Amino acid sequence: MSSGLIAEYEVVQGKAKSFYDTYERKDELQHQTHYCPGCGHGTIHKMLARAIDELGIQDRTILVSPVGCSVFAYYYFDVGNVQAAHGRAPAVATALKRSRRDSIVVSYQGDGDLSAIGSAEILHAANRGENITVIFVNNAIYSMTGGQFAPTTLLGQKSTTTPLGRSAQHEGYPLHVSELLATLEAPVYIERVALGDNKQIAQAAKAIKRAMENQVKGLGFSLIEVLSPCPTVWKMQPVQAQQWVHDVMEKTFPLGVFKDRTKEAHVWPARDAAPPLETIPEILGVAHEELPEGKAEMRAQVKDVDLHVRVAGFGGQGVLLLGEVLAEAGLDAGLEVSWLPSYGPEMRSGTSNCHVRLSKEPIDSPLVTVPNVLVAMNEPSLRKFDASVKPGGWVIYNGDAFPEDCVREDVHVLALPFTQVANELGDTRAANMVMLGALLEMTGALPQESVDAALKRLVKNPRFVELDERALARGRELYRNSAVR
Amino acid sequence: MRKQLMKGNEAVVKSAILAGCRGYYGYPITPASEIAETAAEYLPKVGGEFLQAESEVAAINMLYGASSAGVRCMTASSGPGISLMQEGISYMAGAELPCVVAHITRGGPGLGNIASEQGDYHQAVKAGGNGCYKTPVLAPYSVQEMADLTALAFEMADRYRTPVVLLADGFVGQMMEPVEFQEKATVPQTPRWAVTGTAETRGNLITSLHMGSDDLEAHVRHLEANYELAAQNETRAEEWMTEDAEIVLVGYGIVGRILKAVTAEARAAGLRVGLLRPITLFPFPTRNFQRLVSRARVFVVVEMSTGQLVEDVRLALNGARPVEFLGRAGGNVPSHEEVMAFVRELAGRMQPAMTRDEERMAHV
Repeated sequence: MSSGLIAEYEVVQGKAKSFYDTYERKDELQHQTHYCPGCGHGTIHKMLARAIDELGIQDRTILVSPVGCSVFAYYYFDVGNVQAAHGRAPAVATALKRSRRDSIVVSYQGDGDLSAIGSAEILHAANRGENITVIFVNNAIYSMTGGQFAPTTLLGQKSTTTPLGRSAQHEGYPLHVSELLATLEAPVYIERVALGDNKQIAQAAKAIKRAMENQVKGLGFSLIEVLSPCPTVWKMQPVQAQQWVHDVMEKTFPLGVFKDRTKEAHVWPARDAAPPLETIPEILGVAHEELPEGKAEMRAQVKDVDLHVRVAGFGGQGVLLLGEVLAEAGLDAGLEVSWLPSYGPEMRSGTSNCHVRLSKEPIDSPLVTVPNVLVAMNEPSLRKFDASVKPGGWVIYNGDAFPEDCVREDVHVLALPFTQVANELGDTRAANMVMLGALLEMTGALPQESVDAALKRLVKNPRFVELDERALARGRELYRNSAVR
Repeated sequence: MRKQLMKGNEAVVKSAILAGCRGYYGYPITPASEIAETAAEYLPKVGGEFLQAESEVAAINMLYGASSAGVRCMTASSGPGISLMQEGISYMAGAELPCVVAHITRGGPGLGNIASEQGDYHQAVKAGGNGCYKTPVLAPYSVQEMADLTALAFEMADRYRTPVVLLADGFVGQMMEPVEFQEKATVPQTPRWAVTGTAETRGNLITSLHMGSDDLEAHVRHLEANYELAAQNETRAEEWMTEDAEIVLVGYGIVGRILKAVTAEARAAGLRVGLLRPITLFPFPTRNFQRLVSRARVFVVVEMSTGQLVEDVRLALNGARPVEFLGRAGGNVPSHEEVMAFVRELAGRMQPAMTRDEERMAHV
């Protein structure tokens, strides 16, 4: 044959550009894949590569390869490649796409990977309507690991782990992934195709291209399930295996389009432009602020304190807020502070407590195990913490009478019906602030302006700020009028 | 400068965003949920991505994707969720993908409880997933350190191309303290190895798969060399009053705070006590321990667990000094008073210190 004769032919169907020229997986096998003769992966790879070529998206494409026979897909596709953990390709693809909205992300998975171990990831990626393309290769078996049963294994089909054949009683029925996902609202396109004969192969190529095109248009989630032969594990000749896809597999897994919302789908929105970097501290509310005028002078006059406060009561009494206002006011006054809540189930079982420390010196431990002030908003809290109060310390107790058996000679006690006082002020919920007022007056620790500043920062509703201010003043007054001074 | 009162968990997110974090993928769990909630509030405002995943397994694999795309990203969880993430952490360590995992610990094993415990030290420090890898582990003990070490975690993650764990107990996550942040926000350049769906990155591959035994050995040796480099450059610990200490208290996280208070009280009582607080749990501050051997007579490890850090302390000292242990578990905290009593009792049992001359003789 002369070279002149060859020049007369035009190559209309060569190797796809999106494949590498050589496959550098093994030195001795640069021109062949690792797939077995008659395996469907080679055909499906070719369809995908052609679709990438035809859509002109080679540079934009990121292929996520799974665990399974197609784990080495990155040796063949000349695109961006990411290899994922078993079953997790849809999760990996989700974040790739959300991180790089202009990329075209393909999650290429087998049936063990997608329908067994990765069943949660595929379901939720589909349900979120991720703008990705999933190629789901279904050969009804685990091939890479040597032929174990898969969720897609046909009834009666033998595998190394169902040696007598799959039984519905023992392993359940074959999982119909396409039908299942088609019940979700979000997916845009779901079709099952097969490699059973040339006509089916042509249809499969069309479907794969369509699924890629949907993503290019930004329409959302597309999945193509491909019934694919595995002659090696099925222990068949390639032709026989192809025939089996056509004659047997298809009976369990009918072909067709299960979902097509491409006409009504909304295009995925572009991400809002990121704000300029210099505005970010402000967006986060952490831009550096200078101290207001006069604050430094005020702080210099704050007296030396070392408060170890434990606040305890029922949930809903404002225990945590009392502590927070105290800590925030301490910070405003230039003190070192810490606030540590009880959290979790205690929050839900009805009691609540927090540890607050205020000091001129850096605070070592924020845990208050020996308080010098205990604010007990109810009797159980008093009983729980009374014994721990440091000799010479204070107990502020919300109740008419201090329980006889809790009386200690070595601590000061201010016991008043603070809830009733709050009721008189017009709102039961202000009892915490009445008690805080008493604490502040008693310790003389903080200037009023710091307490005001803290309230404004923490209480958003002006009506409550006003109420809380009255409550604090009333608390101060109660302490001044009390006999314990 | 005005500091702000803030929860440790909130400080983590704000510091992360200032350090260029633009991806958060996570799953709720007490006591870490405020991190997800704060991320959900702020990431969309700075052009970042927040997504609540269907599980911790999915969340960490989403980080695998985001990190592959060259985006600084993080997640947060607690023991049970971190257990589920071990698969992805191992894959990311293998594929050399940077990310930050904030691990706000709670009680275990199993569902345990949601109180603060330090029983996940081994899980974080000894690599909870499969294979020859480690992850750097940073252990903040204050809200300020939650902010500072988060920023450092992102730097280290990029520098050594590895997941970095921020290991904080529930107290440090939940408590509020004054904090200030770095003044300027940064976003690093997209790394050259990333896969971003562009012509420039088309040839790039992210994988943890190395089929040849020599290939894989070379790969894990390379990881090992990275950890060695990190050990040389990044090891951190705080020493306080250790100069002449005979009893050295050792603890991390909230325990470090308690031990500070105990050290101060012990000093006031005339006892020669000091504090060594590891800040990087991996790489472990072995040299700090070895330096103290000449003076210290005994090391006391205090943990909110039945004893995990104590094993590394024993390895670091390699028998050179006795190591005592005080641990509480289940959410109980070794209180200041409890530790103080332990120290007093120990000091009472110790023979008087040798004089200089005796010491010299002992070394002859």
